[in-house]
Amino acid sequence: MMKFLYGIWDAFYYSFLEADRWKFYLVGLKNTLFMAGVACVIGVAIGMVLAILKVSIQASPAVRPRGTSFLGWWLIRLGGWFANLYTTVIRGTPVLVQLLILYFGVFKTAPKEYALLVAGLSFGINSGAYVCEIIRAGIQSVEKGQTEAGRSLGLNSRQTMRLVVLPQAIKNILPTLFNEFITLLKETSVAGYIALTDLTRAGDVVRSRVWNITPLIISGLIYLILVILLTKLQGVLERRLGASDRRL
Amino acid sequence: MIDVCNLSKAFGNHLVLDGINERIEKGEKVVVVGPSGSGKSTFLRCLNLLEQPTGGEIIFEGQNITDPKTNINLLRRKMGMVFQQFNLFPHLSVKKNITLAPVTLGLCSQREADEKAMTLLERISLVDKAEAYPRQLSGGQQQRIAIVRALAMNPEVMLFDEPTSALDPEMVGEVLEVMRELARDGMTMVVVTHEMGFAREAATRVLFMDEGQIKEQAPPDQFFSSPQHPRLKEFLHKVL
Repeated sequence: MMKFLYGIWDAFYYSFLEADRWKFYLVGLKNTLFMAGVACVIGVAIGMVLAILKVSIQASPAVRPRGTSFLGWWLIRLGGWFANLYTTVIRGTPVLVQLLILYFGVFKTAPKEYALLVAGLSFGINSGAYVCEIIRAGIQSVEKGQTEAGRSLGLNSRQTMRLVVLPQAIKNILPTLFNEFITLLKETSVAGYIALTDLTRAGDVVRSRVWNITPLIISGLIYLILVILLTKLQGVLERRLGASDRRL
Repeated sequence: MIDVCNLSKAFGNHLVLDGINERIEKGEKVVVVGPSGSGKSTFLRCLNLLEQPTGGEIIFEGQNITDPKTNINLLRRKMGMVFQQFNLFPHLSVKKNITLAPVTLGLCSQREADEKAMTLLERISLVDKAEAYPRQLSGGQQQRIAIVRALAMNPEVMLFDEPTSALDPEMVGEVLEVMRELARDGMTMVVVTHEMGFAREAATRVLFMDEGQIKEQAPPDQFFSSPQHPRLKEFLHKVL
């Protein structure tokens, strides 16, 4: 028993403490969190805009109704069409291919210091397509009667969306959205392909020094802790939003 | 107050409203009855453009609401609506439900709106529920609150779309009582309902709709005692 515990400590010592190797993980963790954070903000922003475009086009009839402007109607059509194209292409191709195209193609000339930002942007663009579908489904899960009630009181469509529909949609969106954040956090591990030191890459670098898999297990454990923290945050938010669900 | 000219509405090839002509004067309480699928709800929902008519015109206080250039949001402020499913906002407290529109539209301050909300809640004896959420209330309570939510906008006409159809039988009375009171206070009302008792005592005029047309209309006494149209006779025979 003692020998077993000693073995674990030994593996941990060489993979983490010896030669300040923990600093690798720290750098990796920092980069992973940075990319995930940037991607999260960009993803939600893109997803939000696309979702509203998609909802608008589905609510707008195929024939332009009396009372709507010609230009406005066509802009909604065009926006909805673009949103569909976006989600189809982005969800239909691997995130790694998108990252490589962005890094070696679109941002070929960008200085190396911006690689992290490019990666974050790439993951954000990817995530946006998924977030779009999550938000769209959330908005459409709110009963039509809610919109009608808001409009019948004289609120315009934007006010109704902001004050009546979205606050209710968020409750339905939150669980799936956090699922997406968790996936996103782990997906950043492909950043190693463009020579960035993320958490996965850091573990792998240490592995090549110590010649066993302990560093990868350490990286894995750090991801696990992050995901558990995210889940806890989700629980707190869900409880807070659930205030109106309480019955007497 | 409301002039309806040759109003029609089709969903695809299905004609739901077939050339309706109607004039509703200020202070009238018009009750619309008829079999389901006769177009009475659609007619009501066209009046505040929740349904877009496919033909004809609706003039509200001299303004053509079917004209694309009319700002429908401004007109809707003057037309309160009560729905079959109440449609209270579940994420907001009762008080917030009532004050949301007047405050958002800048018609009064939050404080003024709160005071008004409490006065309205007093009228329906639900002051103690001001901070409750809709899901904590019975259907009857929710519908009464939905009525005062619409009243908080100081509408000139109130539209009721089967306001008691989703209620437990024992809660119908309390909602009808609020509506009767509203009628006594002189509110112009258009009510789609199956409550013949309400039509008989509160209406100034009863319309019978069938197949997208108004087949007959009369003051309640005459409407119930000497119906003319065979379809109305049959209908009354079944429901009374």
